[in-house]
Amino acid sequence: MSLANVLFVDDEVPFVETMTKRLTRRDLEIIPAHSGDEALKKLKEHAGVEVVILDVKMPGMDGIETLREIKRQFPLVEVVMLTGHATVESAIEGMKIGAFDYLMKPSEIETLVAKVTEAAAKKRQHEEKIMQARLKAITTRRA
Amino acid sequence: MSWDMIITRLFPEKLARDKHYRALIRNMVLTIIIVSMVPMVLVSSTLYLQFRQSYQGKVSDHLRELVQKHKQNIDNYLLERLTDIRLMTARYGYEQLKEEVLLQRNLDLLKEEYEKAFVDLGVVDSQGSQKAYAGPFKLADAFYGDAEWFKDVSQKDYVISDVFLGLRGLPHFIVAVRSEVDGRQWILRATIDFVAFNALVQNIRIGETGFAYILNRQGKLQTTPSTQLFPPAVIDTGDLQELWERMPSESNDVKVFLRKDRTGQDYIYAAAPLKNGEWLLVYQQRASDAFADLNWSFAITTLIMALGAAAVIIMALALSRRMVMRIVTADEEKHLMDEKVIETGKLASIGELASGVAHEINNPVAIMVEEAGWIGDLLEEEEFQGSKNVEELRRALTQIKTQGKRCKEITRKLLSFARKTSLAVQDINVNELIEEIVGISAQRAKYGMVEIATRLQEGLPPVRVSMSELQQVILNLINNALDAMEKKGGKLTLSTRQEDGFVAMEVADTGVGIPAANLHRIFDPFFTTKAVGKGTGLGLSICYGIIENMGGRIEVQSTVGVGTAISVYIPFVGSEPSENDSNEKNKDTKA
Repeated sequence: MSLANVLFVDDEVPFVETMTKRLTRRDLEIIPAHSGDEALKKLKEHAGVEVVILDVKMPGMDGIETLREIKRQFPLVEVVMLTGHATVESAIEGMKIGAFDYLMKPSEIETLVAKVTEAAAKKRQHEEKIMQARLKAITTRRA
Repeated sequence: MSWDMIITRLFPEKLARDKHYRALIRNMVLTIIIVSMVPMVLVSSTLYLQFRQSYQGKVSDHLRELVQKHKQNIDNYLLERLTDIRLMTARYGYEQLKEEVLLQRNLDLLKEEYEKAFVDLGVVDSQGSQKAYAGPFKLADAFYGDAEWFKDVSQKDYVISDVFLGLRGLPHFIVAVRSEVDGRQWILRATIDFVAFNALVQNIRIGETGFAYILNRQGKLQTTPSTQLFPPAVIDTGDLQELWERMPSESNDVKVFLRKDRTGQDYIYAAAPLKNGEWLLVYQQRASDAFADLNWSFAITTLIMALGAAAVIIMALALSRRMVMRIVTADEEKHLMDEKVIETGKLASIGELASGVAHEINNPVAIMVEEAGWIGDLLEEEEFQGSKNVEELRRALTQIKTQGKRCKEITRKLLSFARKTSLAVQDINVNELIEEIVGISAQRAKYGMVEIATRLQEGLPPVRVSMSELQQVILNLINNALDAMEKKGGKLTLSTRQEDGFVAMEVADTGVGIPAANLHRIFDPFFTTKAVGKGTGLGLSICYGIIENMGGRIEVQSTVGVGTAISVYIPFVGSEPSENDSNEKNKDTKA
């Protein structure tokens, strides 16, 4: 089993390809996407996605909009923002909207993996809590 | 004084040398002078000319009337004397008058009637021999055959002679009447007293230089004018003769004219023919005397004009000086502003370019670094283990990563230059920021022999502002303080404290201080006392704007020669309840 199920979103195709290879090698399950729209579509198709790595600056639907949409449709999915320097403000803005964290591009692969693992762990924890809450609800109903 | 000299004296040198401003000054001065002087000159000269014309007309009318009156007087006088003699001739006849007793009685009667008009009487026969005589002189047997009047009277019935000395050696003139008795002609002649006649004319006096006299056709004086006004030495028969030429030949009227006499003096003359055009009654007066009032008003007018002109010129110079100085100031300000605008525009476009470049470079660099990382990953595969170049490849990959980081650092610097990242508001510890900036300024302070001291209050609340803006303010204040102590060195004290919801920061120097007159202007844009090119005059006004935006304020205290202290008050986080609320919310979402 992989460390986490990750959707990688960036408009730079070669970057996505390389990162997919590298992250796959580090036991992450990667689904690539090259735009905000594609990311949302892929999220619908693959219910198991736990973490989204999202580039802030993209043509068309940009990172912040995509993030807002993800948080609306899939509130449990954690998002790690990836940004160049010029968009630090947007990254901070993203944090406010509910991103898990942000990383500067290019960043060390190990840092990225660690961040994603953390995010996945948090997501699982959330899900577990929800599960338990539901179980509890069911059990209390039965009782 | 030449125009150049005036300009150089009145205006600052740099202005006087500038061709554009010189032309401006000249045009303004000329315009003002012409616009104000032309109406003044036109009005004054029109009025003056009108006045002169009417005044001269008045004077000339007055003289004409005067001379006309006297001409009539004198003509009447002469006619009366002639009538007396003719009456006597008609009444007594030759035989009776030959008796000296009767003649004497008639003379006494005439003297009684006319005081001294008649001097003597004589009866002369057709040959010119005096047959009878009554009078004070012993002229009983005088012979007049060669006398001018005798020749004249032989032609005409009567004659009034010119003034002459005659046999007695005294000035006199003769009134003679010819008569015929039994085919024999005889003549009654009377001598008219010159003194009495002379008084008639000599009494015509006006002003200081106006007097009258009578001329005969030869230009000889028939009366003696006042010697004081008309010294005998000056009498020139030819000169006086000329007066006749001015008279119209037919008319008997008075003629008034202006003429220069031999001495070059301007005289006004009024002349009228007497005695059927044989004599000329002349009145003359110096023009300056006759027109004294006119000359006086001319002098007054001229004086007023001169004063007015002087005032206009002074005003024109002063006014244009003030205007041009203002224009110069405005031009300088505009120039500075233009420079600033260009500079700002340049910086903005450089910033734009830099941030674009930085961002565009960032992605390819990231890809390159990741590709290198991928190669590194692949090198971990077993198939490459033991290959002798693996180590070398690893070294190369590390190098690529290092250079990638370097690129990242470069783009970061470019972006921070463009200041796109830094306007974000954040919580700042003022004390830390001050320490940091003091570190930056320490080197400059050392060169300026300035000692920097800090008195920072511990545990100040953070302020929520833009880091770079606050940096700019503090750096500006420190730089100003260092500039103020540039010459002598001194001590720069930075202190902070908490005060009524504000973090107060004071920058105090021991420099030259700010004169009271400048104190209220130091926050004005473009106000600077630094040399041209050294300061834009924007530093403090930018600080002011920044601090105002932060909801704070700046205060200045300065004493010339002692130093300046500038205090900045910035509201700290939590001092305003509304801000506090929103902060809490943000924290919630973040967690």
